[in-house]
Amino acid sequence: MPDTILDVQGLETIFKTPDGTIHAVNGVSFGLKEGETLGVVGESGCGKSVTMLSVLGLIPNPPGKVIAGSAKFAGRDLLKMSNDEIRQVRGAQISMIFQDPMTSLNPVLTIGRQLEEPLMLHLGMTKKQASDRAAELLSMVGIPNAKDRLKDYPHQYSGGMRQRVMIAMALSCNPQILIADEPTTALDVTIQAQIMDLVKRLRQELGMAVIWITHDLGVVAGLAQRVIVMYGGFIIEEALVNELYANPTHPYTIGLLGSLPRLDAKERTRLYSIEGLPPVLYQKPKACPFAPRCKWAMERCWKENPALEPVAPEHRVACWVDTKTGRPRS
Amino acid sequence: MTTITPSGNNELLGEAVAMRKIGRFERFLGPDNYRVVQGLFKTPAAIMGTVLIVFFIIIALAAPVLAPPFGDPYTIPRDGFKAEPKPMGSEWRSKQPPLPFWWKAVTGKDKWVHIFGTAQGQYDIYYGVIWGTRTAFRAGLTVVISTVLIGVIIGAVAAYYGGIVDNILMRIVDVLYVLPGLMATLILAAVLTPLYGRTTLPVMISLIAFGWLGYARIIRADILSVKQRDFILAARVIGVPDSRILFRHIIPNAIFPTLVLASLGIGDVVLSFAALSFLGIGVEVGYADWGQVLAFARNWITSLNTYWYLIVWPGVTLVLFVLGWNLVGDALRDVLDPRLRGKI
Repeated sequence: MPDTILDVQGLETIFKTPDGTIHAVNGVSFGLKEGETLGVVGESGCGKSVTMLSVLGLIPNPPGKVIAGSAKFAGRDLLKMSNDEIRQVRGAQISMIFQDPMTSLNPVLTIGRQLEEPLMLHLGMTKKQASDRAAELLSMVGIPNAKDRLKDYPHQYSGGMRQRVMIAMALSCNPQILIADEPTTALDVTIQAQIMDLVKRLRQELGMAVIWITHDLGVVAGLAQRVIVMYGGFIIEEALVNELYANPTHPYTIGLLGSLPRLDAKERTRLYSIEGLPPVLYQKPKACPFAPRCKWAMERCWKENPALEPVAPEHRVACWVDTKTGRPRS
Repeated sequence: MTTITPSGNNELLGEAVAMRKIGRFERFLGPDNYRVVQGLFKTPAAIMGTVLIVFFIIIALAAPVLAPPFGDPYTIPRDGFKAEPKPMGSEWRSKQPPLPFWWKAVTGKDKWVHIFGTAQGQYDIYYGVIWGTRTAFRAGLTVVISTVLIGVIIGAVAAYYGGIVDNILMRIVDVLYVLPGLMATLILAAVLTPLYGRTTLPVMISLIAFGWLGYARIIRADILSVKQRDFILAARVIGVPDSRILFRHIIPNAIFPTLVLASLGIGDVVLSFAALSFLGIGVEVGYADWGQVLAFARNWITSLNTYWYLIVWPGVTLVLFVLGWNLVGDALRDVLDPRLRGKI
């Protein structure tokens, strides 16, 4: 059994806005094991990105604030680190790549200088060493003529190439954890597949753990070993990937999987969609946040918020209802 | 580490980059500077601006050759004390400055003449225009560089720290902005004159005092927008320290509108400087400065059919100088602003 390298407990993040306080993350706990790929899925606005940014201390404050929880990494709590300490972790031990590669690179610096930056910063390389290593990294992520292309500016790269550069930059210091925040969303399907293959291959070569945030369940199926489903700032289901797809238990997960088009569908049917929108949480919810959109909802769902409970080995769900039978869980 | 075989598309791109020939000049300057230089010669307007500015730089550098001084070069030499201006080409009568070596070769004459005529009080207009070019560059560059520095520092501090710091600094800017620009500058310069004497200092200081406001506002606004961009978050994710993010990632992305404004500002500053000088604020009477030379024409404006050269020579010079900076400013914007890159 590999060790847990990142252990997040009871994380809560709020944003103070002129309209009131928004509770974006409401007590999220999860662990990440060495070398594993963890998928995090959920609709837009359910707290996936905010959770990861909170862990890295990147929530802009004000308006945002992490008000509770801990994130143990290598025996230390990331949330309690000073600005300087966590800066040493970011990029060196935990890296992150983002959704939109078109805007994630500084347009006025060459690719080379941006790639060299973390190397010189964290590994103390000289300009010359960093430049050589940057070329290596570029060719590692599959960009030909790496040495020449270091001198190019971001606008001379295509979207897929820029995402490769972002990955190269994130991996430059051999981090133990790579957080990928919807890195394929802005790319077309063929490039998506290339980027996924690239991350898979690099994960095996470098032996790092990956947290892959997405709302594309197909991507998760092909990539992750374990999946967390988030809703309204809570984790509502957690399972190994095969278990989740074979045996979705939370009404929201069932809805998400049901909304996918299937190749093996018998007839032409309408795609299923979950009614309504995810809630904007001005109060920390006391009831199940999914109750308003849930067709199984019972009286209890409107009064108490369920906690994550195991339903099978390594499969936990936060729901009062046994969705197989439609009856309350005993 | 393995290398993925490149897709056809990438290969094409790679080749296209490798194919472009790099000339000796480009290698010497580096690609960035080369691009700026290229931009200055790209459109007819840009070429004209560049030519004008280079022309003025040559005049400023060659001033001792074009108009050899005697005594203090920034004091316009006089040829007597009579009020009435003398027409162009009239000969020097008294206290003639040294004859430039090229004069005889070019004109075949032995006597040094008033090329542009003389102004009221027999000040030589040609000397005023030539040496005034140096004054214009000195005043323009000093004021613009100082104002940009002050503006960028204050704007950057306001934008980066935000909150109460931002509020205080920007309210100061607002309050100063309320004052009518030229009038406020004039009054401050007048107050400073007893302190610094009739030199270029009082006017320059007051132009700086009221000149940085616009730069501070622009850089603040641009920093605020750049701060929100994804690549700043990306830089924080790889652990870049705050100060480095500000100076290396934010300011270079936010500075271009300010730089363009600055190159346009040189023309403006020189114009204001001349205006104040024309009104008699700042430098002493007879100081080599275009505004001074124009000021000599004040009493003769009613008979410009005879004394047109009093206005035309310094006036045209001033117009061309400002025009040159404006055209260069536009050209620089086209090159330096990455958002416009490749669109022109």
